[in-house]
Amino acid sequence: MYILLFIGLYFEVFVLMTYLEHRDTIHEESNNTSRQPSRYPTVSIIVPCWNEATTIERTVQSLLDLDYPQDKLEILLIDDGSTDNTWEVMQGFTQTASIKIFHKENGGKHTALNFGLTKSHSELVGCLDADSYVDSQALKNIVLGFESDPQAMAVTPSVKIWQAKGMIEMIQNIEYIWAIFLRRILGFMGAIYVTPGPFSIFRREVFEKIGGYRKAHQTEDMELAMRMQSNGMKIGNAHTAVVHTSAPHTLKKLYVQRLRWTHGFMKNAIDYRFMFFKKEYGNLGIFILPLASFSILATLYAMGLFLVGLTQGIMTQIVKIQTVGFHLPHFSFAIDWFSVNTELIAIISLLAFFGTILTLLLSSKVARGKVDFGLDTIYFLALYSFIAPLWLAKALYNVIFSVTTTWR
Amino acid sequence: MKNEIDWKKYLLTLLITGAIFGTAIYISDYFGNKKIAEIQNIQSKISIDILSSETQFSLLEESSCKDIASTTAFSDELSSLESKLNSTEQDRGANDAQVLALKQNYSLLEIKDYVLMKNITEKCKTPPASIIYFYSNKDGECPDCQKEGYVLSQLRSDYPAVRVYSFDYDLDLSALKTLITINKIKGQLPALIIGDQTYYGFQGLDTLEKAPELKAIVQMKVATSTKR
Repeated sequence: MYILLFIGLYFEVFVLMTYLEHRDTIHEESNNTSRQPSRYPTVSIIVPCWNEATTIERTVQSLLDLDYPQDKLEILLIDDGSTDNTWEVMQGFTQTASIKIFHKENGGKHTALNFGLTKSHSELVGCLDADSYVDSQALKNIVLGFESDPQAMAVTPSVKIWQAKGMIEMIQNIEYIWAIFLRRILGFMGAIYVTPGPFSIFRREVFEKIGGYRKAHQTEDMELAMRMQSNGMKIGNAHTAVVHTSAPHTLKKLYVQRLRWTHGFMKNAIDYRFMFFKKEYGNLGIFILPLASFSILATLYAMGLFLVGLTQGIMTQIVKIQTVGFHLPHFSFAIDWFSVNTELIAIISLLAFFGTILTLLLSSKVARGKVDFGLDTIYFLALYSFIAPLWLAKALYNVIFSVTTTWR
Repeated sequence: MKNEIDWKKYLLTLLITGAIFGTAIYISDYFGNKKIAEIQNIQSKISIDILSSETQFSLLEESSCKDIASTTAFSDELSSLESKLNSTEQDRGANDAQVLALKQNYSLLEIKDYVLMKNITEKCKTPPASIIYFYSNKDGECPDCQKEGYVLSQLRSDYPAVRVYSFDYDLDLSALKTLITINKIKGQLPALIIGDQTYYGFQGLDTLEKAPELKAIVQMKVATSTKR
């Protein structure tokens, strides 16, 4: 347990140090909203759609509202064999010059993206999930990201939850805000291993050199990022490029989505295991990929210990009630410091918890522009550690016993 | 693209994390020692109080029982000491040298208090209200000790006049060995001594309440409750 806590604390310190190292850059990017690209490259945005009739209009409208020269922007809507009226809704955009619509037989998201790649001719190519909506400055800020780091072969955005309501969405809201901060830090380390489906933008050469999207255990965005990293292609991040995405609003839907993500990470990590502990793959190879894999096992181990402790506590109470009956415990407002746990493990856990709070506050500062500690943060701190092991355990089971994970 | 690794940052992070761990170890050790010191202080105070009472008992052979009884109420202090000791035992482990030393000292105080109370009981003809309880923390040695502990805690809560002296049967303490020998306690645990009677095995709350040696206290409580 001490080893787990040491590694967890080490990661928190590493993240905070990287933040301090690049703090000025991050806040300059956040505060200077008048920055303009020196050149506007041509951009194709592929929107793969499968039964997205209810969300596609809003998604396309957000693309049309982008603060970007319309003659430099091409929107490719790909209907991947929808069974609802997605194709009919798409017909409504035929009069818009920058939009092209295509219909193909259902083959999965990666096939729709690859189909779109063959139809695009721009310098930059990106994808936008049909349940996501871009902020009007998102593309401009992505292009600024390419300009500030000419070595970047892809630039990832900040993904936020669209109108988080209810406990499950509020928990994810904080998780996404934390991910925005972390992805910015990983960007500085050259260690981003996911190019999120909502609005990651690539240089065309990426696909020309290493090929298109693969099915990749239903996580094509993760596989593409790992393939890029394994081929020495840098992935940057523009945290000011904001994309809003719809989040699962029930625990069951969240479980299914996260099971797919976690299972996809594990399978892709196995496929790209040759990168582990190899310094030619930089911080990603020697630190981030091993740590991400380790953190899954560590979380499950910690949850296992918690459940064993909880079971023992319940069993003890049952034996006590069976022996002497139920008696209300004596409550006292007087606090005896002697009863405060001062064991080493308790103190280190407390320090690691404060580190987590600090990281969440910094994440809020970077992602929201202000330090915020609301109900969503409380929900996250109180519940996330208990629900995440559900999909982590099942994903591990699926990997060990070769169980296929489905999209929905 | 060249994947640069800033080894200095990794080393610096290691040093900072190590320093945080070191600070945590220092804090834990500091408070651990403070707890030990507090237990030692309480033990020292009880030790002086018991010695004082013993001396008083010897000096005032002819004094009234009321005077003696009013100066020998260590039950609460011993009980508080016991809970602090249990907490320390949980923090540092049952085999910690300091915990063992504290337990030896505590057991000695219990024995002294027990002997003093026995003398007072005999002198003042008050009903015996002491239970000596032998338990074992060794794995598999005493599966019923946990349950017996609950029963005795409840008994003490229901009848505050009852004094429970708990002893770890395996503790290396000569006075405790003597107590075990003179009471002819076999290694069959849990074992309880109430008055002159020794009980082996688990004894429920009902059984203890019906024990002839505790009858007077139980009846006293029932009578008080009825009056209210």
